[in-house]
Amino acid sequence: MATVAHLDFERAIAEVEDQIGHLRTLARERGLDVTSELRSLERKLHDLKTDTFRNLSPIERVQVARHPRRPYTLDYLQLMFSDFIELAGDRQFRDDASVVGGWARLEGEPVMVIGQQKGRDMKENLLRNFGMPHPEGYRKALRLMKLAEKFRRPLVTLIDTPGAYPGIGAEERGQAEAIARNLREMAGLKVPSVAVVIGEGGSGGALAIGVADRVLMLENSVYSVISPEGCAAILWKSGSEREKAAVAMRVTAGDLKELNVIDEVIPEPTGGAHSDWEVTAHSLKDALLRHLGELREMPVDALRAARWKKYMAMGEWRTVQAR
Amino acid sequence: MAWFRKPKTRLQAADRRDLPGDVWEKCPACGDILYREKLKENWNVCPTCAHHMRLPANGYVALLMDEGTFRERDRDLRSADPLKFVDLKAYKDRLAAAERKSAHGEAVITGEGKLDEIPVSIGVMDFAFIGGSMGSVVGEKLARAGLRALEKEQPLIIVSASGGARMMEGIFSLMQMAKTSAVLAQMDEAGLPYISILTDPTTGGVTASYAMLGDANLAEPGTLIGFAGPRVIEQTIKQELPEGFQRAEFLLEHGMLDRIVDRRSMKREVSRLLRHMLALPAPEDFALNVAPDAP
Repeated sequence: MATVAHLDFERAIAEVEDQIGHLRTLARERGLDVTSELRSLERKLHDLKTDTFRNLSPIERVQVARHPRRPYTLDYLQLMFSDFIELAGDRQFRDDASVVGGWARLEGEPVMVIGQQKGRDMKENLLRNFGMPHPEGYRKALRLMKLAEKFRRPLVTLIDTPGAYPGIGAEERGQAEAIARNLREMAGLKVPSVAVVIGEGGSGGALAIGVADRVLMLENSVYSVISPEGCAAILWKSGSEREKAAVAMRVTAGDLKELNVIDEVIPEPTGGAHSDWEVTAHSLKDALLRHLGELREMPVDALRAARWKKYMAMGEWRTVQAR
Repeated sequence: MAWFRKPKTRLQAADRRDLPGDVWEKCPACGDILYREKLKENWNVCPTCAHHMRLPANGYVALLMDEGTFRERDRDLRSADPLKFVDLKAYKDRLAAAERKSAHGEAVITGEGKLDEIPVSIGVMDFAFIGGSMGSVVGEKLARAGLRALEKEQPLIIVSASGGARMMEGIFSLMQMAKTSAVLAQMDEAGLPYISILTDPTTGGVTASYAMLGDANLAEPGTLIGFAGPRVIEQTIKQELPEGFQRAEFLLEHGMLDRIVDRRSMKREVSRLLRHMLALPAPEDFALNVAPDAP
């Protein structure tokens, strides 16, 4: 991981990490005892990380959510699940690689897992379209959801997309229809579902796999109706005001929990999910097992009634004297 | 036969403010100079070239509902400004300005009435209210309209006109897509008809939820319909969009709509569709609110 780009606010952390590395090399090469220096540097690193990541501003969390080293859907499939067997295609037009899905086992239990998939380099991003699905991606997702329903297996979705792709082909093939249909079908799905925002929750493109019995967010993930950049460009007439937009829209996991839109925030290790994949995956797996365990106990009618109630309660309004 | 006659549509205070003081209007499509009263009687469709100009929400209520049958519901709901949102302006000031300008409290009117003697639940969006954007109140009013339809076993009709989700209510706006779609899932299971009428423009989160989920999707000619707005797409793909892209005709060709319907025939078409879906007898003569189609 030597060539990893660091976010601005991670630079100080990276410097201390470098110092520790140098010191270790020095000690090894010259046989010096640097234990006390190392201990002090490591304490400094820990404090710095804790400090930095506890006080991330909303726009910094957006940056962490988009971090190129952050674990993606296929990484979690490796880290948390076993026996993953990917299923491709929407049976209508093509396979969209920005959405991946298939059967996997969570502690031995078969579940259907569907998630958006970003790429880490240009080549992979061309394949994954930067995690921005076309209608085919959403239709593949729906096909797999219906498969889960047929075999009465729970559904787990992992959300990580800047948004549904805005392009000519996407519009021609009904991006809006594909998203809308998923919303309606997920609302009525006859099996338990848990959706987790693992990185970016980009508007309707995220929600299209996100209508679930439980909606969880990793601590440094974000979820919003439009990107902070898009919102700033429209309302502030300047994309550079994205910091203000991120604050005003309340995009962080903590915000959304406070607004009662999501069910749980899953803590990330100090330094963010990208600093320790295994610890992150462990927390996420715990949460999934707990929620799926609760949902499994519910009869299907009660499950759907509760989901219905959950979404009917979304929103805030007030009543005035009729004129 | 009172219902056979064309009702006089009264000018609303809000309409009057929008219009210039004179009695003539120029058609933006063919350039013909039109007598405003004639244009109104023609539901804001140019009598010369059939170009569909925008019709306010009240206009659609008058167009679709049998005279005197419409009862508005939930007109006392207002945005709670849940995020206390401020950009260059405060959202609450935008709301107040929109309410003064549009004469409605929100971007949708909902209620109950009869369409060609069929009791229906209806929602009509109003583009004049913050671009017809969908926040908590739009979602709640439409959800309630759906619940009334479910309870009374009536069809639901939604006339859309919207720029999409309302940014100033953040994630709550996004969740209205899920909420309205959840109601439509129930309509599906109950076997109740839902007709979606798309009018210019219908984009973003409204298209990507209830507007595309009709048992019939009907659009007026020339309506802009899309998920992403044309400017966003142009910026993304760095090329100009083809002529007619995202217009109703384009969507019909690509299989996203059932029919393109002239506004002046809309009531008849909806009535015929509902009568098929509800297994009611076909109308012997189509109960029009209007004169026959223009040639």
